[in-house]
Amino acid sequence: MRRVAVVGFAQRQALDFPGSPTCVELLVPIFAECFAQTGWTKDDIGFWCSGSSDYLAGRSFSFVSAVDAIGALPPVVESHVEMDAAWAMYEAWVKIQTGEVDTALVYGFGKSSAATLRRILALQLDPYTMTPLWPDTVSLAALQARAGLEAGRWSQADLAAVVATNLTRAVTNPHAVRAASMTPEEVASLPAYADPLRALECAPVTDGAAALVLAAEDRALESCAQPAYITGFAHAIDAHHLGTRDLLRAPSVQIAAKAAGVTPETVEVAEVHAPFAHQELLVRSELGFTDSTTINPSGGALGGNPMFAGGLIRMGEAASRIWSGQADTVVGHATSGPLLQHNLVCLMTSEPTGGRS
Amino acid sequence: MRVDFDYTRSLGPVLSVFMTGLRDGRILAARTSAGLVVPPPEFDPVTLQPPTQFEPVADTGVVETWTWVPDPVADQPFERPFAFALIRLDGVESTLLHAVDVPAADDMRTGMRVRARWREHRVGAITDIACFVPEESPASTPDTSPSVPTAGAGEPVTGIVTPVRLRYTYAASPEESAFFRGLADGRILGQRCPACGKVYVPPRGACPVDGLPTTDEVELSDEGTVTTFCIVNVPFLGQRITPPYVSAYVLLDGADIAFLHLLLDVDPAEVRMGMRVRAVWRPREEWTTSLENISHFAPTGAPDADYDTYKGHL
Repeated sequence: MRRVAVVGFAQRQALDFPGSPTCVELLVPIFAECFAQTGWTKDDIGFWCSGSSDYLAGRSFSFVSAVDAIGALPPVVESHVEMDAAWAMYEAWVKIQTGEVDTALVYGFGKSSAATLRRILALQLDPYTMTPLWPDTVSLAALQARAGLEAGRWSQADLAAVVATNLTRAVTNPHAVRAASMTPEEVASLPAYADPLRALECAPVTDGAAALVLAAEDRALESCAQPAYITGFAHAIDAHHLGTRDLLRAPSVQIAAKAAGVTPETVEVAEVHAPFAHQELLVRSELGFTDSTTINPSGGALGGNPMFAGGLIRMGEAASRIWSGQADTVVGHATSGPLLQHNLVCLMTSEPTGGRS
Repeated sequence: MRVDFDYTRSLGPVLSVFMTGLRDGRILAARTSAGLVVPPPEFDPVTLQPPTQFEPVADTGVVETWTWVPDPVADQPFERPFAFALIRLDGVESTLLHAVDVPAADDMRTGMRVRARWREHRVGAITDIACFVPEESPASTPDTSPSVPTAGAGEPVTGIVTPVRLRYTYAASPEESAFFRGLADGRILGQRCPACGKVYVPPRGACPVDGLPTTDEVELSDEGTVTTFCIVNVPFLGQRITPPYVSAYVLLDGADIAFLHLLLDVDPAEVRMGMRVRAVWRPREEWTTSLENISHFAPTGAPDADYDTYKGHL
């Protein structure tokens, strides 16, 4: 395997971005930020890969307009996934593995506020037996949350603690759109919104974009003093039908983590993509983390979750802990689909060999 | 902005059985390696084989988990607050997602028994079950008539149609905003790239060549040159003009990118590349912040533009 590292990352998040759904105006400055971090120009980028959704933008082939932000003359090698850009990062990682390119810039964007997000996402469900009922995202998450509460997997106090921890950490994250120094008791005193979920237990509807730069090992050090080396990267998916899944499990998280070579006790920091508070507990349990792993120092998705960029932001936030020297072994997690159906796990280390025995 | 379409899909052999059952007021479960499953999966997740055995099951069951929907979104089963639940039908190993109609969240609890409330007019869709209701509810509601098959009785249901109605609030970028405000004043405003000097209309957020924001505003002529065109002969849904008519790419004088508009007031057979055209504006009192302020383009009658003036835009 070629060793590949994360060497650049930039993001923007807003509760209501006033510009166009192509988010070109957001992408231009974050690409510039990535170039400033790496000292590279667009000519140094071998491959461009994006994640976004036409249903979110309300127009077909919306990602093609976003290519304007690159400046694609002479033409660039470009690809797109109709998924969170964390999967675009995976594609770019594979592309670098092929040896065709040495560097890649991955980006994701979503203007979640253009329509009613929780309704639009019903279009990702089974089109025969679910979408005609228009089950909204918050309702589905609430079904899962109640199942866990009544099975004793988590308590209302546990969920309140997840919210309080994330929102308090988000106070020091300049990109977070929801942040508050709150105690679990303060969260617990709030009324239920979609019974049993409280509003703060659901990620805010967030507009935004993110970009991340990957480089093969031989190019990594020229662009970054302490690259975050990807030592394992894998994704797996669970069955589509919610009625046949055990909603208190996400086996695909565990499968992906195992394939990525995650040894839970060695992971110092993890950024977990959990759009709902109880999902952080579920993913944490599937990953096998104990209290020795700090989860979501950024405040996680509860502090801001731009659709189709939120997973990539988890990867960038995790990598940044290695750049800063705060950690030597980190995990980034991204999720896609209803109720943690599809999961991606990325293990990153400060040493190219990963330090795993 | 509205995006509407009828999501129209054929059903495979498995879902056809299930939907035909619903139309006939019966719930058919598939016999799988995990027991009876509703809705039937098209393939058994363990054996990977399509299920071939189907058995009618009761339309009663137990709520396994539920949520209250305080603020329903469009096209959900109710416009007033209701519950979504995962319901385990009696004798079935899986759960089915559906709505439960009760007055308030306090009327819901996990473990409660519910039964389907069927629609009188059924078409072979999951919505043939209007919702579930507490089992002890009165049975004689107008919707409850599971023994009366409706539309197309006897014939298998082979497809579904799901109307999809999406509503977006489309925000213009700052450059697009300037463009549309200019149109309301009868002006056509483009933007120039600070690096390559190219002028884009309608303006874009960034120069697609250089990837830089285009900040320099340029007012353009409403005259230009046809770079290419097509004659529309085929009628289609929503068409506003009777074919044949011409859609043309017009390179406005001073612009570096052509844009698409109608070319009318001319026999389509006369239209050619290089033809000089001018915008025909609607009456001023009809102007809004819309490209429709320009009704169409029409020939100016001037001699055709030299090929060299537009060959770089083909």
